[in-house]
Amino acid sequence: MTTATTPVRTPERASAPAVTARKHRPGLRRRLELALLLGPALLLFFGFVLVPIGIAAFYSVFNWNGFGPLDDFVGFKNYSDAFGGTVFQSAIVHNLIIAGLSIVVQLPLSIGLALLLNRKLRGRAVLRALVFAPYVLSEAITAVIWSLMLQPNGFADQTLRAAGLGGLVHNWLADPGIVLYTMFAVITWKYIGFGIILLLAGLQGVPAELREAAALDGASAWQTTRHVVLPLLGPTIRIWIFLSVIGSLQLFDVVWIMTTGGPANASTTMATYLIDHGFKRYEFGFGSAVAVILFVICFVFALLYQRFALRRDTQGALTRMVG
Amino acid sequence: MFVKRRITVLAALAAVAPLALSACSGGNEPPAQPSGPVTLTWWHNGTTDPIKTVWEKVVADYQKAHPEVTIKAQPLQNEDFGTKVPLALQSAEPPDIYQSWGAGDLAGQITSGKVADITGDTKDWIEQATGKFGEKWQVDGKQYGVPFTQHFVGFWYRKDLFQSAGITTPPKTMDELNAAVTQLKAKGIAPISVGGKDRWPDAFYFNYFAIRECSTAVLQQSVKAVKLEDPCWTKAGQDLKNFLATEPFQTGFAGTPAQQGAGSSAGLVANGKAAMELQGDWEPGTMSSLTEDKDLDSKIGWFPFPTVAGGQGDPAAALGGGDGYACTTRAYKACTAFLQYLVSEPVQTELSAKGTGLPVNAVAAKALKTDVLRQVYDYGTKAPYLQMYFDRAFPTAVGAALNDAVANMFAGQGTPEGIVTAVNQAAAGNK
Repeated sequence: MTTATTPVRTPERASAPAVTARKHRPGLRRRLELALLLGPALLLFFGFVLVPIGIAAFYSVFNWNGFGPLDDFVGFKNYSDAFGGTVFQSAIVHNLIIAGLSIVVQLPLSIGLALLLNRKLRGRAVLRALVFAPYVLSEAITAVIWSLMLQPNGFADQTLRAAGLGGLVHNWLADPGIVLYTMFAVITWKYIGFGIILLLAGLQGVPAELREAAALDGASAWQTTRHVVLPLLGPTIRIWIFLSVIGSLQLFDVVWIMTTGGPANASTTMATYLIDHGFKRYEFGFGSAVAVILFVICFVFALLYQRFALRRDTQGALTRMVG
Repeated sequence: MFVKRRITVLAALAAVAPLALSACSGGNEPPAQPSGPVTLTWWHNGTTDPIKTVWEKVVADYQKAHPEVTIKAQPLQNEDFGTKVPLALQSAEPPDIYQSWGAGDLAGQITSGKVADITGDTKDWIEQATGKFGEKWQVDGKQYGVPFTQHFVGFWYRKDLFQSAGITTPPKTMDELNAAVTQLKAKGIAPISVGGKDRWPDAFYFNYFAIRECSTAVLQQSVKAVKLEDPCWTKAGQDLKNFLATEPFQTGFAGTPAQQGAGSSAGLVANGKAAMELQGDWEPGTMSSLTEDKDLDSKIGWFPFPTVAGGQGDPAAALGGGDGYACTTRAYKACTAFLQYLVSEPVQTELSAKGTGLPVNAVAAKALKTDVLRQVYDYGTKAPYLQMYFDRAFPTAVGAALNDAVANMFAGQGTPEGIVTAVNQAAAGNK
């Protein structure tokens, strides 16, 4: 999914020098050092993350078209309007469907392909490069390419017909009942490579001795995978789920370019709804409210997930580090 | 350390000072106009030829004739104006000249206080140069912009496909259009293409049905009040529903873009995959870039939107709009003088001759490239009433709500009453 830049394991790194530094007297030199090292990052974080969030929250309680003074205070009306609107409700559902499908479909697919590509087989490097290639494309280019291929009688339809699967041809982008799944297929095509690379990296951390031991104990290939490899892949899978869900919640580019959320809002996501209202309708106050909602949903998910799912991984890492 | 801190303070002061100064100058009075040499920033959407070259020449010629004026043209993607203009009008330094489509959008932009009232500086020439059309850039009787091209919407069709389906004359009534659709379908030709993905092409149909069903007085009053009350609006929705029931459009039209690629609605007509499309006068230009067919112009004809039996509207009323520019306050006098040049005969003739749109200045009409464009021009300029596209005529949020409601009906959802309700709800500020 969209790359959320959350290096989950940074705390361990950051805490190490802090512990040693405490022994020194805090001098000018150290303060300067801190300011020099932390300053730029903090400034950027403050200016481009915290301040905009604050401003968006401020705008969100006004009815404001983007021009003129902010003088129409409406309290939480924008929020209740958003949650009360059927289009936004369905947008949330669409995001959740994409997130759910990612876990149910993309994850097993990624694991399967990663296991396959982890074996010694001819042309492995080429195959690895191939599955990873779509991830390198920008979302905009992906969306444009797929829009062209999915046109009626386009490349996708012709391929299906040539393979004798003409019955599977649909109005991929025009049928409100299908369009969301078309979006999901495109996203899967684009991001599957990322999942595979992540899992391949995880697989390198599975010691060969363990597999060997399992094999000596008479475990079948499936048993080894199920009881040795998968548990050890746990941390990687949990990180992948985290990135994938956050990306699903923020889904925008592909949908906006391919359908602008249509037809009949059948592929609207929270982010396309935000842009549609904020910038196409000049409802900046309302758009800000939607942005805040989207932020809170992602933030709460991130906190809960870190607390309950990732804690084990990060704590384990810390213990290893200290011990 | 000490020296450094002082520098920081000075830098901070320097950064804040212009803000403070500009805050002082912001009042109801138009600011004093800069004297001496002036540089105008110009945001236009002419990113591609032919208009790109026309504007480059315009800038060069104007600067030569007015050595005290420098024009810094900044071509922006058309779609970017929606996001960039509101932000610019909030900033301390908006562009001096920016593209404006008049009516509802412009009315919203004026509330920023940065858009100049140019009534006094245009009154001597605007009527002579742009006729009644210039009034579309007025808000509450004050002139806030000047159009340089106008647009009219109608059916573009392929003569060869009509002929092969046995249609001898272009349809004049809805019945005839329906008959033509049946004939084309019988020949296995997609009768009409529409760019449903972009939504605004869908809205053209509702717009025209409303123009045919509603009297001119009702149209004017409804746009002014931003409220749809007359039953004719619901009838227009019903007409659209009936028309959609005849399934006149290409396969998968709800996902088709209007102008991008050979599979777009314009591309389908350009490549003979569909017989007609309801579009603005820019259609030939759009089509020519989407096909290899060098002889396209000779195959393309135009007819107005058909009449609707029993409608209260003037059967000759037209749907359209135009492109124009608005001035911000800083150097509005210099800006207005430049806009006057844009609607003068030489520039207007150049625009017409290069096929960039229909001129607002009647003297330039004879320079139009093709007969079919002259036909569109005559139809539009002779129309007893020109209704601006409703998504531009209404405030932005209301116009978008209308387009969405119509697009939903194209996707098989919603009712005629639903379109009317959607507009009235949006006008009332409900989401």
